[in-house]
Amino acid sequence: MSDKSAATTRTGIWYEPDASLKRRYAADKRLRMYGVAAIVFALSMLAILVGTIVMTALPAVTQTHVTLQVELPAEAIDRSDPRSASYQKMLADTISRLYPEVDTPRELRELRQLFTNNAQYMLRDMVVADPSLIGQTVDFTFPMSDIGDQLHKGGIDRNLPPEQRRINNDQIGWYDRLVEQGRITTPLNTGMIFNADSRFPELAGLRGALVGSFYALLICFLVSFPVGISAAVYLEEFAPKNRWTDLIEVNINNLAAVPSIVFGLLGLAVFLNFFGMPRSAPIVGGLVLSLMTLPTIIIATRAALKAVPPSIREAAIGVGASKMQTVGHHVLPLAMPGILTGTIIGLAQALGETAPLLLIGMNAFITAAPDSMFNPSTALPTQIYIWADSPERGFTSRTSAAIVVLLGFLVCMNAIAIYMRKRFERKW
Amino acid sequence: MSATTLLAIVLTLSLIGYLWGRANAAALKKSGIGMHSIPAYHGYFVALSCGIPAFLLVLVWIAAESTVIDRLILAGLPSYVTDGIEGSRMSLILSEIKSVAGGRIFGTPDQAILDAAARYNVLRGTASLAMVVCALAAAIAGMAFAGSRLSAEFRARNSVDGIIRWGLIVCSILAILTTLGIILSLVIESLAFFSRVPVLSFLFGMEWSPQTAMRADQVAAEGAFGAVPVFWGTIFISAIAMFVALPVGLFSAIYLVEYANGTVRSLVKPLLEILAGIPTIVYGFFAILTVAPFIREWGVAMGLSVASNSALAAGGVMGIMLIPFISSFSDDAISAVPQSLRDGAYALGATKAETVRQVLLPAALPGIVGGVLLAVSRAIGETMIVVMAAGLTATLTANPLEGVTTVTVQIVTLLIGDTEFDSPKTLAAFGLGLVLFLSTLALNVVALQVVKRYRERYE
Amino acid sequence: MTKSVEGADVLADQAARAGTHDVKVAASKVSVFYGEKQALFDVTIDIPARQVMAFIGPSGCGKSTFLRCINRMNDTIDICRVTGSIEIDGANVYDAKIDPVLLRARVGMVFQKPNPFPKSIYDNIAYGPRIHGKAKAGSEMDTIVEASLRRAGLWNEVKDRLKEPGTGLSGGQQQRLCIARAIAVNPDIILMDEPCSALDPIATAKVEELIDELRERYTIVIVTHSMQQAARVSQRAAFFHLGHLVEEGATEHMFTNPSDRRTQDYITGRFG
Repeated sequence: MSDKSAATTRTGIWYEPDASLKRRYAADKRLRMYGVAAIVFALSMLAILVGTIVMTALPAVTQTHVTLQVELPAEAIDRSDPRSASYQKMLADTISRLYPEVDTPRELRELRQLFTNNAQYMLRDMVVADPSLIGQTVDFTFPMSDIGDQLHKGGIDRNLPPEQRRINNDQIGWYDRLVEQGRITTPLNTGMIFNADSRFPELAGLRGALVGSFYALLICFLVSFPVGISAAVYLEEFAPKNRWTDLIEVNINNLAAVPSIVFGLLGLAVFLNFFGMPRSAPIVGGLVLSLMTLPTIIIATRAALKAVPPSIREAAIGVGASKMQTVGHHVLPLAMPGILTGTIIGLAQALGETAPLLLIGMNAFITAAPDSMFNPSTALPTQIYIWADSPERGFTSRTSAAIVVLLGFLVCMNAIAIYMRKRFERKW
Repeated sequence: MSATTLLAIVLTLSLIGYLWGRANAAALKKSGIGMHSIPAYHGYFVALSCGIPAFLLVLVWIAAESTVIDRLILAGLPSYVTDGIEGSRMSLILSEIKSVAGGRIFGTPDQAILDAAARYNVLRGTASLAMVVCALAAAIAGMAFAGSRLSAEFRARNSVDGIIRWGLIVCSILAILTTLGIILSLVIESLAFFSRVPVLSFLFGMEWSPQTAMRADQVAAEGAFGAVPVFWGTIFISAIAMFVALPVGLFSAIYLVEYANGTVRSLVKPLLEILAGIPTIVYGFFAILTVAPFIREWGVAMGLSVASNSALAAGGVMGIMLIPFISSFSDDAISAVPQSLRDGAYALGATKAETVRQVLLPAALPGIVGGVLLAVSRAIGETMIVVMAAGLTATLTANPLEGVTTVTVQIVTLLIGDTEFDSPKTLAAFGLGLVLFLSTLALNVVALQVVKRYRERYE
Repeated sequence: MTKSVEGADVLADQAARAGTHDVKVAASKVSVFYGEKQALFDVTIDIPARQVMAFIGPSGCGKSTFLRCINRMNDTIDICRVTGSIEIDGANVYDAKIDPVLLRARVGMVFQKPNPFPKSIYDNIAYGPRIHGKAKAGSEMDTIVEASLRRAGLWNEVKDRLKEPGTGLSGGQQQRLCIARAIAVNPDIILMDEPCSALDPIATAKVEELIDELRERYTIVIVTHSMQQAARVSQRAAFFHLGHLVEEGATEHMFTNPSDRRTQDYITGRFG
């Protein structure tokens, strides 16, 4: 410490706040703030998206039902053919007994609007399933219509002037009487999962879409998994380095980035138009999806194969295994966790893919679940598309609920993928 | 017999072939002869020789059968039915024949149709019987051939390896076939379209109204298929999307790589990835459920008129979807800049912001640009968000509060519910598809090259 | 900003008058921890002004770690913690009031591998003065760039291609470019972390020559694993072993007559 005075002078300039330094630190702080703002924006968008969809979906968790005592007179139903009876009349009689004051045709129509349109068929099915009910008076529970459902769940504001709501004062009065008599219940909306599609929101469910998506994903897996692994094994383990394999490689990378709708055009032109496969069928959807998933699986498999150290291959070759045995017995099993992870992620993408399925007609209106993969069907995302396009209020919450179901599947698939990656992760 | 049963039989035959081949070889071995390959490989060889030809035969048969039968039926129709009829009418006749053949008879069909329907049923019966016979014959012939080759010197292992290797090659070629299929189907249908609507008036025409062009007299009407407004809408919405995604994605990547600590990074990165995993149909519904009404209310409050399907809503939501895309590419690119460059800048007394702005970003630029190009290609090809949230009418406007339409929206609306393959309306979709495919392909090729070069530079 | 430049000049004069054995950097009981692991143990050392001080020792001995403490480069590593004090001209650089940005402007650093920015040669040199606001763009900056390149002995080789990227130069030229880049900010001290380990012998000789010339104006601390280099360029040397400072003294003395057994073993090639 030779020159103390010099040192103090020197430290003086170090401590002195300098305008330009302040400016530089301000710029630094600004950049940091931009970063925080960007992340906050992105994450709040995520929160708003998930939040609004879940909030909108909540009303669809329950379905408003009404219970009426329906008389099933023995003389009105032919025991040998219970299907032929007029259940509409039995229901109408029941309703008239409840509301004796309602008699004009217009009022009767308005009254019926509170209940689902298909109640008569549900009553019929109940009787057909259990003919012993004939001649008795039964408790018949069935869904309210969309407007009844909305009214019960508060989706319709009764304080609005009547001309601004889709339900008039009479209808509200009739509904209130049902509530007073304790006829209204709101059980869990199991129809949402177990019913097929319908024009009426209170009856529409995802069954057809779930079955269709299952078939399509099954085909997608059966085709893309073996083909994808084979292609990747060839390119990674066997292929000579030449222009052909380079071409295949570039081609696969580009294929992974081709817009999905183009695959839909391919499916339309080749599978439907050229090969004459059935329109709207899950098999075609599955084939189109498998072509889209193929690059993902190939790329994931190649990465997994690359991660297996060469020493394993040398060891196998060293004990006299053929190249094919080396790959089949050692390399592929070691790479399998990585391959499966990639496959699940690819299938999850395929499950959410909509555009190509629209083009091959999987947005058809079909009111039954498909019996096989050759029957017309919808899929989960196309069902969402159909419902999102429907004007009835009830479909808004059902669309959201269907999205929650779709997201639920995706979360599960990704969770499995992440679990597998963690569980089988191997450090060489 | 259904194809599934047939395939099951072929599979069983293969299994029998395997056991037979292995047993034969084992017997040889027992007799004390030195074998080249172990018995199991002889079994595999027989099984593959039996199963593969039969399986391929069934596949080809199924693929070709319906087309061949259709041709035969149409060729067999008397000339008074087919004369002067082409394309769509022909396929109508065909479907009538098929529904009659299936027992669904509406009205009183022509006698020729009834005959054709009867012939159709006969042909189908013959065809499926022939398929079974041929497939079984192929399987048994394969098995016999393989069995005849079994001997001590026979290199079963090498043959099996060879067969599998060919299988692998065929699978990798499938990727090329997919691309080829895309190109061929787009080009063929587009050529049919351009034979009706001149290429130039498609590419440079200023008016797009395909719906009105359905009437026969308007088919080739000049200007009805001018795609410029559609291209403009696509570019406009993509630009809005990038306007949202680029700054948000880039700034969050900078923050995550250079400023955030490990905990924040490990929390925020997966959350951003979730945005990338949400299906686009969900974004589309989000746009019409939340964003579009919000923008509308906001516009009304400001005294502006906002279309319900404004470009701003569609583009904005698409931008949110692209955020993780940009951020993960930028993240990779910035992380890939060697630590030594950071050290160099810090050692000169640069602040973090100065290091980022003047050293890291310029160095990472190629990687970021590659990611941005891929994101643009994504935006152009994105379908569901715009189908749900953007407009249907093609307008040339630069006002983000008005509705515009995009290439993908037009493809979907032109093709939904319409399977006629020879109306210009349908074919126009393939013309648009070709343009879409080529432009995204160009972007992808350039982007992948840029990213690859960049990686090589820092590896 | 101009103030600090003037101040530096005044002080440089004072230091020159005070004689060559001024203490420039005084470290006392410096310990460094990476998380739980201690990498440096209570290092106390004085580094004299306007001389070349060489840190030698086997790899992993803590010499680079200590070097990076002097300009607080360790700050950029999250888990790194430093205790003790390092005073430069009597001010502790780990004092909360010391700004690392300004500190690094006064303590330049040259790294093991040449790390020119992917910019032109000119912009590489101009980067430091520009961010510190030491010169305006134009002739003022041109002067600094030329002076720095001249001092680094690179001017004649690159004066015709200042606009070309710095990454296009040869390894030795790149390293001298990095030295010029450090000089351009007008530091008092230049830290060099094995500056020649990535260079061929001819380029190494040039850089060593340059270090010898720079000694007239700057205090230089060089980390090297080459005893010969330490002997050639340094006046003083410090030997580190397993995180401890074993011995420090005049280079000539240490190489001919080391006082510690470990130093002797190292310089005679028994280990390291």
